[in-house]
Amino acid sequence: MNPGLEHYLVVSALLFCLGLVGVVLRRNLLVIYMSLELMLNAANLALVAASRFVGNLDGQVMVFFVVTVAAAEVAVGLALIVALYRRRQTAHVEDLTTLRL
Amino acid sequence: MQAALFYIFAALALVCGFLVVANPFSRNPVTSAMCLVLTLVWLAGLFVLLEAFFLGAVQILIYAGAVMVLFLFVIMLLDLRAEERRRLKRLGLVGGGLVAAALAVLLRGVIHEAAPAAAAPPAVEGTTEALGRLLFTRYLLPFEAVSVLLLVAMVGVVLLSKKELK
Amino acid sequence: MDWLNQLNPTQQFVIFSAVKALVAVVVLLSIVAYTVLAERKICAAIQDRIGPNRAGPWGLLQPAADAIKAFLKEDFIPAHVRKVYFWLAPALAMTPALLTIAVIPFGSQLGAQKMVIADLNVGVLYTFGIVSLGVYGIVLAGYAANSKYPFLGGIRASAQMISYEIAMGLSVIPVFLLVGSLNLSRVIEYQAGGLFDWLVFKQPLAFAIFVAAAFAETNRLPFDLPEAEQELAGGYNVEYSAIKFAMFFLGEYANMVAASALMVTLFLGGWTLPWAGLNQPAATLAGGLAHVGIFLAKVLGVLVVFIWVRWMWPRFRYDQLMDLGWKRLLPLALANVLFTATFLWARA
Repeated sequence: MNPGLEHYLVVSALLFCLGLVGVVLRRNLLVIYMSLELMLNAANLALVAASRFVGNLDGQVMVFFVVTVAAAEVAVGLALIVALYRRRQTAHVEDLTTLRL
Repeated sequence: MQAALFYIFAALALVCGFLVVANPFSRNPVTSAMCLVLTLVWLAGLFVLLEAFFLGAVQILIYAGAVMVLFLFVIMLLDLRAEERRRLKRLGLVGGGLVAAALAVLLRGVIHEAAPAAAAPPAVEGTTEALGRLLFTRYLLPFEAVSVLLLVAMVGVVLLSKKELK
Repeated sequence: MDWLNQLNPTQQFVIFSAVKALVAVVVLLSIVAYTVLAERKICAAIQDRIGPNRAGPWGLLQPAADAIKAFLKEDFIPAHVRKVYFWLAPALAMTPALLTIAVIPFGSQLGAQKMVIADLNVGVLYTFGIVSLGVYGIVLAGYAANSKYPFLGGIRASAQMISYEIAMGLSVIPVFLLVGSLNLSRVIEYQAGGLFDWLVFKQPLAFAIFVAAAFAETNRLPFDLPEAEQELAGGYNVEYSAIKFAMFFLGEYANMVAASALMVTLFLGGWTLPWAGLNQPAATLAGGLAHVGIFLAKVLGVLVVFIWVRWMWPRFRYDQLMDLGWKRLLPLALANVLFTATFLWARA
């Protein structure tokens, strides 16, 4: 049997959950960032699968935009992390407690 | 054939995705990054199975080839020692697990709803030409907006990475 | 050959693809081996020396001697390296080159078989995708070594390759604007008309930018800053010895061959020659072989240029390298895209 839409959606959902676990549990800013990328990619998979099984290309165009925005987001995010590291010498969320009372 | 490839790619993507967030052997960010690269490559394989050839190539070109190299570059630039074995807070662990489980249950319901459309409609090939045509007609405004966004990001990054912010 | 005809199309496809892939890899590796020899011979000639001439007539067995030496030397692993990546990096160094040749048409046809392993519609995007993965071998080697100079080499490599990839990608856009397809076979068809249909004459600027970027992507002089013997003592491969070092060495040459093949396909007419009817798909077996020969001859020609440049040019400074990539090649490539698009639009 060829895999249908639901197969792809299950994979996408699982990947998304994995990404979420990473964002919530990991304490390294860079790893958190990578988990975010994982979530974005899970969403992309769902969009491409939907586009294939609904039968039009709109989903794929959306993925194209997501990839572009993700590239911009990564550039800015990483620049922020580097700037942060320069000031605080750490990339751990637990060490970033300036706002805590 | 297609089914077999699907299961192989999907399983590999999930395993590598798991290794990104929770590698039992190392908490080195570089390992995470390399596993993420592999995940992206398998996802590109899934895209090809879905006949989105252009996106499959773009996935490798942009994500695996550029974005992840940037990640590696920054990891190496910051020269992070392998994340010290800090104790994970138990509360965080439980809370995070609960959130993810809740999300999984939610998504399961959604997918269950969406299931009936089982028969695959005729394939729409994600060729470069078809996508380009769509991009420059119906999605012209978002396309321009995204290009402005890229410009803004570029300016922002240049400013952020100046040695001292005034 | 009866049993071949009795198989169903899928089985035939699998068999022919496997044979083509095997032959392509073997040919690639032997070209790599003899490019190393050619490098040493040409270098010697330029520096008024003789070069290797002990193993076999004119040193022709030198590659074999080198290979045996690399295999038999002690494979020393320094204590401070990161083991997994130390093993992984040399393996990754050569893979991109092997994957790239899959989409390059290296001849017209032999019998009914098209001489390309996978005739992809997104051929060139695939190639660039694979080329962009090439950086991992070097970056991971720099990271794995866990010491200063290799690390600097790795950092340099990642920045350099990302920068020049952009110029490289933009430089070929005018080519595909003209051809109207991303399929490499179509690119060759487009150039089959005559000598002045070759894209090197139609798009000289694109060709120049592509060549510069290809030198940078393969880490050849004048862009070999990740290696830079004089400053970094060899850069990313300092800690490697024996067969692992040989893998990096061969990887560099395999990447050169892949880059040359791409250059020949995109700009120099691929397997065609505009004379004696050699620009049409071959009808006979001899014609098919002639096309493969033409392709290989062109690739070898480009390889000689690669080597020649290495021994004639000094290395760029790092800021000059970034300057060239971002401030010269990138705007030029963009202007070329704009110009070609305007030209095509005005003509239509």
